[in-house]
Amino acid sequence: MKFYLPPQIPRLAIAFGIFISLFLVLRHFLVPDTFGEYGHYRAASMIDNAKPELHYAGQDACFKCHQDIQDKKSQDVHVDIHCESCHGPGEKHVISSKVGDIFRPSGSREVCGKCHALYVGKVKSTIAQVDLAKHNIGKNCIECHNPHQPWEMKK
Amino acid sequence: MSQSTSTMGNEKVKTSRRKFLKNASVLAAATVGYSWLKSSQFLLHAAEPEDKSLPWYGVVIDIQKCIGCGNCASACKKENDVPVEPFFFRTWVEQYTVKNDGSVNIISPNGGIDGFKQTVPDEDIFKSFFVPKMCNHCAKSPCTQVCPVGATYISPEGVVLIDEKYCIGCRYCVQACPYGCRFIHPVKKVANKCTLCYHRLKKGLAPACMEVCPTGARMYGNLRDKDSAIVEYLKEHTTQVLRPNLNTGSKLYYNALSSEVR
Repeated sequence: MKFYLPPQIPRLAIAFGIFISLFLVLRHFLVPDTFGEYGHYRAASMIDNAKPELHYAGQDACFKCHQDIQDKKSQDVHVDIHCESCHGPGEKHVISSKVGDIFRPSGSREVCGKCHALYVGKVKSTIAQVDLAKHNIGKNCIECHNPHQPWEMKK
Repeated sequence: MSQSTSTMGNEKVKTSRRKFLKNASVLAAATVGYSWLKSSQFLLHAAEPEDKSLPWYGVVIDIQKCIGCGNCASACKKENDVPVEPFFFRTWVEQYTVKNDGSVNIISPNGGIDGFKQTVPDEDIFKSFFVPKMCNHCAKSPCTQVCPVGATYISPEGVVLIDEKYCIGCRYCVQACPYGCRFIHPVKKVANKCTLCYHRLKKGLAPACMEVCPTGARMYGNLRDKDSAIVEYLKEHTTQVLRPNLNTGSKLYYNALSSEVR
């Protein structure tokens, strides 16, 4: 029996060929460069995610200049509290070294009380707590305590 | 085995009872064995990472150490340029108060940034504690699976990240996260979430929330390095993940997690 190819088949094949090549061309331009390198995402996006600028410099950057504070802190219970915990983001200050670029907490009852106020949910062994309603009323914490060395009492 | 008869393609399968029972029992044993293996994987760190030279990050939060100062939530917003208002958070702190009658009061005013006031009178309190929340960086995260454009993914380091250039802001992932850790950034209008401060990790710094935590309640580390501090911690403490029943492969381990926490 002679093989007979219906006339619509070559035409269909041409149409399919056009659509498939069109798809491949579009795909080439639409799919981002690094897509699929590690998975179903753009690998270059990880570089984007690593780009944002720092605001918090990290404690090591502080101690490059403030060696004296490191010495003070290392002798007392605030040793494990990093500088930016109270002083806020410090990257700007690390770059400029200006006093105005770093936050200086007031040492008021509210500032220290944020951690040290007596509260039922805090574990006593974790943090020293004072009853702000009874403890030296009217005085700011910083008048007696040095925040870098809290048990080295002033005066 | 099977012998086909010539009538209309109907087949008669001939098999012995012994053979049938043998095949059936093998099949049943294989099914049970496979499902057992699958379900116990969440105890491990779920997905086996591909590139072994990279770290595989996990996080530990010690609820006993958290004092609810809100430093983490505040620092996170500053570090990652998330507007203070409206109140969307990459990390936030919840105050749980279990009353004597067994009811639980959960509050998180302004994500805990301004600290907490106890609204329940002292005599009614059975116990109270703080639970810091953040992205669980799941190894089998539901949020990355629903993204229609491949704009969110688990990086080879096990950090769940967002491709902000290709995110279309469809909110599928916001819905999919069982921990409520995603939101639409009010300025950028694309999905946003905790990146474990990926930009800091790459520079060798700790995430901002861990940098500022005064009690060291948070810890991150490489789960693949069996000598790392975090693995030592997980060995020595009974930790639990949130919603283990969802099998998300969460890598955020809580120490001293109470059953009231949702």
